[in-house]
Amino acid sequence: MSAFFGDSGSDCRTNEGVSPLKVRTTQKRRIIADVAARVGMWGATLMVMIPIFLIFYYIAKKGLPTMDWEFLTQSQPFSMRARGGGFVHGLIGTLIMVGLAALISVPLGVLGAIYLVEYGKGRPLAQVVRFFSDVMTGVPSVFVGLFVYTALVIPYGFGAVMGAAALAIIMLPIVVRSSEEMLKLVPRELKEASYALGAGKWQTITRVVLPTAAPGITTGVMLAVARAAGETAPLILTALGSLEIVTKMVGEPIASLPVLVFTGARNPFPAGQERAWAGALELLLLVLVFTLLARIASSRNKLQQ
Amino acid sequence: MSQEPAFSVRDLHVSYGGQPALKDVGMDIEPCKIIAVIGPSGCGKSTLLRCFNRMNDLIPGAKITGEVLYNGQDIYAKDVDPVTIRRSVGMVFQRPNPFPKSIRDNVAYGARINGYKGNMDELVERSLRGAALWDEVKDNLNKSALSLSGGQQQRLCIARAIAVEPDTILMDEPASALDPVATSKIEDLMQELKEKYTIIIVTHNMQQAARVSDKAAFLYTEVNETGKARWGILVEYDDTDRIFTNPRDKRTEDYISGRFG
Repeated sequence: MSAFFGDSGSDCRTNEGVSPLKVRTTQKRRIIADVAARVGMWGATLMVMIPIFLIFYYIAKKGLPTMDWEFLTQSQPFSMRARGGGFVHGLIGTLIMVGLAALISVPLGVLGAIYLVEYGKGRPLAQVVRFFSDVMTGVPSVFVGLFVYTALVIPYGFGAVMGAAALAIIMLPIVVRSSEEMLKLVPRELKEASYALGAGKWQTITRVVLPTAAPGITTGVMLAVARAAGETAPLILTALGSLEIVTKMVGEPIASLPVLVFTGARNPFPAGQERAWAGALELLLLVLVFTLLARIASSRNKLQQ
Repeated sequence: MSQEPAFSVRDLHVSYGGQPALKDVGMDIEPCKIIAVIGPSGCGKSTLLRCFNRMNDLIPGAKITGEVLYNGQDIYAKDVDPVTIRRSVGMVFQRPNPFPKSIRDNVAYGARINGYKGNMDELVERSLRGAALWDEVKDNLNKSALSLSGGQQQRLCIARAIAVEPDTILMDEPASALDPVATSKIEDLMQELKEKYTIIIVTHNMQQAARVSDKAAFLYTEVNETGKARWGILVEYDDTDRIFTNPRDKRTEDYISGRFG
């Protein structure tokens, strides 16, 4: 044994031959790298947070003074110059159109995702659907607006249904792709357990796969709703706008929060601009409330570990 | 002594995507016995087990030829629906896989999808008692199954399987993810279960196979000349005592005595 180790003078019992300095430099390097990475990541997080906080801050600062009970419950005055009034007509319009759009796109999108994950695996049709979903996610929303304008507005006129159709087209690929990711996460073992108990495919999907993926799907749906609630360009082309509450679904232009914010912000009168700020705040809160509700609903559903 | 076999396997060949996985298996399985399937990793033990309830059908590219007679009926015949087979041949998996639902819903799942008309509470209790889990969970039936320990989860999976009232239970290394205490509970439970059920268990654990089983099947991997394709064959199938004390085949003896695998 000593023929092999004796000459080197290294012995684990005495630490001889092991340079203590060497150990320390590697340690030091590791500590420096660790600190650098940590600082870098905190820095990056801060950089991302700053604009978000600034947006919140400005919208709250500019919007809060105008945001009162009257603003929340009244429609806009006829003249942009006049103070007072509010965006309740836009709030109602947004709720109607986003609600309708969700009613169309969520079932379709979730069913589409089920097809992609459970039925179409490896089939060319699934590849095509997936590819075009990705393309659709990236299509500028104004194109969607133009499409619906040509297909529905020209023959039937402006209206809530047309706006909802445009929003549904925007939401659909988001719902499909996010639901697909969530459905893919359902462990194979769970599906096998269900099949082994004599469940059919559809039973397994409705009773095991969907409930397991539900919280994730809800999050994806909320993303899509938040996106649709803030869309402006397609609504200008399909819903146009209105100065009062509209509940007719087809053939009558209808207001929406983002379009009201847009028109208010680009008009020259301070009263109109103030209402636009308050409208932006209202839209932000609306999306916030939706997201919170969805979080609560899905966490109540989920069985924790 | 000789009974009608519960399962009768003839010339069974399985391949996945053209690659053979199991070749030329033939065996008779008597009812109300525990049959252990042993052999080195990758020799097709799980593949064989999954032939008994047609779980291999779920794997794309799987091809099964030969006969698996279940109470005299070929389960791979064209007019047989795999779903009906799985209702009478239950399965417990290697890793406990309860549904993310309450304990009660887990047990009731199979009965519900099969349109069970009887008293659900009674069935849940009977199944949980059958899996020796009732006393531990009777006050918490609405708690999430995921809050149970691994061993409890596995017994819940057994309860879930027997709630469908099958006559055979397939177990794919049911104790490999469990500690020794939980393992011995599962083994005791198997002895109780064999009063009513035929049990086929895949295990890597020689002692376990020797302890629990009445008969044992030893599978072994064969490799072709190029060394690229490998598949499992049934080397020996006999009473467990015989397999472990006086095996006919040299390969069985080598494996049992720990010379390889």
